[in-house]
Amino acid sequence: MQELLQYFFSGITSGAVYAVIALGFTMLFNSTGLINFAQGEFVMLGALSLITLWRDFKLPLPLAFCLAVVGVAMVGILLERLAIRSVRKPHPIVLVIITVGASILLRGVAMLHWGKDAYSVRSFSRHPPIEIAGATLLPQSLWILAIVLLIVAGLQFFYRRTLTGKAMQACSINRKAASLLGIGSESMVLLAFGVSAAMGAVGGVLIAPITMSGYDMGTLLGLKGFCAAMLGGLGSSWGAVVGGLLLGILESLGVGFFSSSLKDAIAFLLLLLILYVRPSGLLGVKAVHRF
Amino acid sequence: MLRLRNLKCYYGRIRAINGVTLSVRSGELVALIGANGAGKSTLLQAVCGLVAQWDGEIRFEKESLKHCKPQHVVQRGISMVPEGRLLFPPMSVLENLKLGAYLRYRKREHAAIEQDLDHVLTLFPVLRERTRQAAGTLSGGEQQMLAIGRALMARPRLLLLDEPSMGLAPFLVQLILDVLVQLKTQGMTILLVEQNARAALQIADRGYVLENGRVVLEGEAGDLLADQDVKRAYLGKDYKEFDEGRG
Repeated sequence: MQELLQYFFSGITSGAVYAVIALGFTMLFNSTGLINFAQGEFVMLGALSLITLWRDFKLPLPLAFCLAVVGVAMVGILLERLAIRSVRKPHPIVLVIITVGASILLRGVAMLHWGKDAYSVRSFSRHPPIEIAGATLLPQSLWILAIVLLIVAGLQFFYRRTLTGKAMQACSINRKAASLLGIGSESMVLLAFGVSAAMGAVGGVLIAPITMSGYDMGTLLGLKGFCAAMLGGLGSSWGAVVGGLLLGILESLGVGFFSSSLKDAIAFLLLLLILYVRPSGLLGVKAVHRF
Repeated sequence: MLRLRNLKCYYGRIRAINGVTLSVRSGELVALIGANGAGKSTLLQAVCGLVAQWDGEIRFEKESLKHCKPQHVVQRGISMVPEGRLLFPPMSVLENLKLGAYLRYRKREHAAIEQDLDHVLTLFPVLRERTRQAAGTLSGGEQQMLAIGRALMARPRLLLLDEPSMGLAPFLVQLILDVLVQLKTQGMTILLVEQNARAALQIADRGYVLENGRVVLEGEAGDLLADQDVKRAYLGKDYKEFDEGRG
């Protein structure tokens, strides 16, 4: 029982991080119909920037957090401006391959800058671990959960309550109709790239204290975030959260009860399973169309 | 108000519009009729900035619309109700309407927008009962009304409509046309593209007949309605008269 609870705690912690990464995927997919395979690299950049700014430059944590996220959002915006928008024939497959190329580039640049070492950083606060029914819950887990909840709430507010959020949705539903109302798809796509990169960076910042961060951490995290997004249903914010948490918990249980070598296989087994059984994901619903 | 001179549109090598000259004066309701593939929709799309390649001249209130993107065309005061309505189906009726005023929200015209919203809902009372309903679940006629309402929310000075009667029952067509007449009396300038030539010409001031990307006939709507060629080609009058003669 105690063991189970312990696995559950560590599962929701990493699950919450997967959820943020999945939200980045979902957000971009919602507004542009694109899958950005450089999403994992944004996570890596977020983590390494935080480590540099907070641990090495000794900036206060909130400032380092914000700078890291804004900086990575800028990288996302640059990627859209330089690599995505300049494509003459924007077929989805071309754009997806461009994002794969961007991920290789970003990894290379990160390796040049940070080297091949892996770094670690202390947890956000120095509170002692909390003991619940014999299992320990790290304060960092609480930080992660709280921030993820805040982000989901913020995203929901953005889509449901703000004009820009609705315009972004409109743009993804029908670009031509949106442009006829004066909604420029270019600015919406740019914004979506910025926000989804920022989301990736938040994932990186959150995970930095509980793992080793290096230039090559992004690939696997990105793929797991993608699994989580698919699991919950690509395009659904709550789906991303549910998918992320489920993936995290199953992974942690698998490691605990079977073997730690299974850890990374679980995500992909789940992905295959969901693609066979329910390709639209757990919470993915088909859009209501009358015609 | 709107003036097209020698407009030519291309889709790759295909020329969809082949030298059209046409004008719409302020306060007029002009009908553009013609068969399938005559280039009617292409013409409207060119005005809205949706056609990438065109030659000639399009001027709105004396200013050229060359290289104008769709969002800037809206800003200048032209709204289009596109063919097939192109609503945002998962969003509510109210959200669809509010997005119609997107550029005006940017300019913080909140009070005026509320007023216009009320105006649109008075024009289409059915929509008032369904503001919270998803647009995709409306009936065809209601969707068309919503599409028109959404275009009106931008407070255009020129309204372009692409086949608003498509797929609608006759009484709904009449209802939509009545609304257009009502808008015209309120001072709106309207360019109406229709295959339903008789209905369009009945409410229009003037009309143009488009064939293979060229204007083959233009004139007062009443004259066009009486014209033998138009009757034969678009109004199907011959068949009726043949029947009547026999009976």
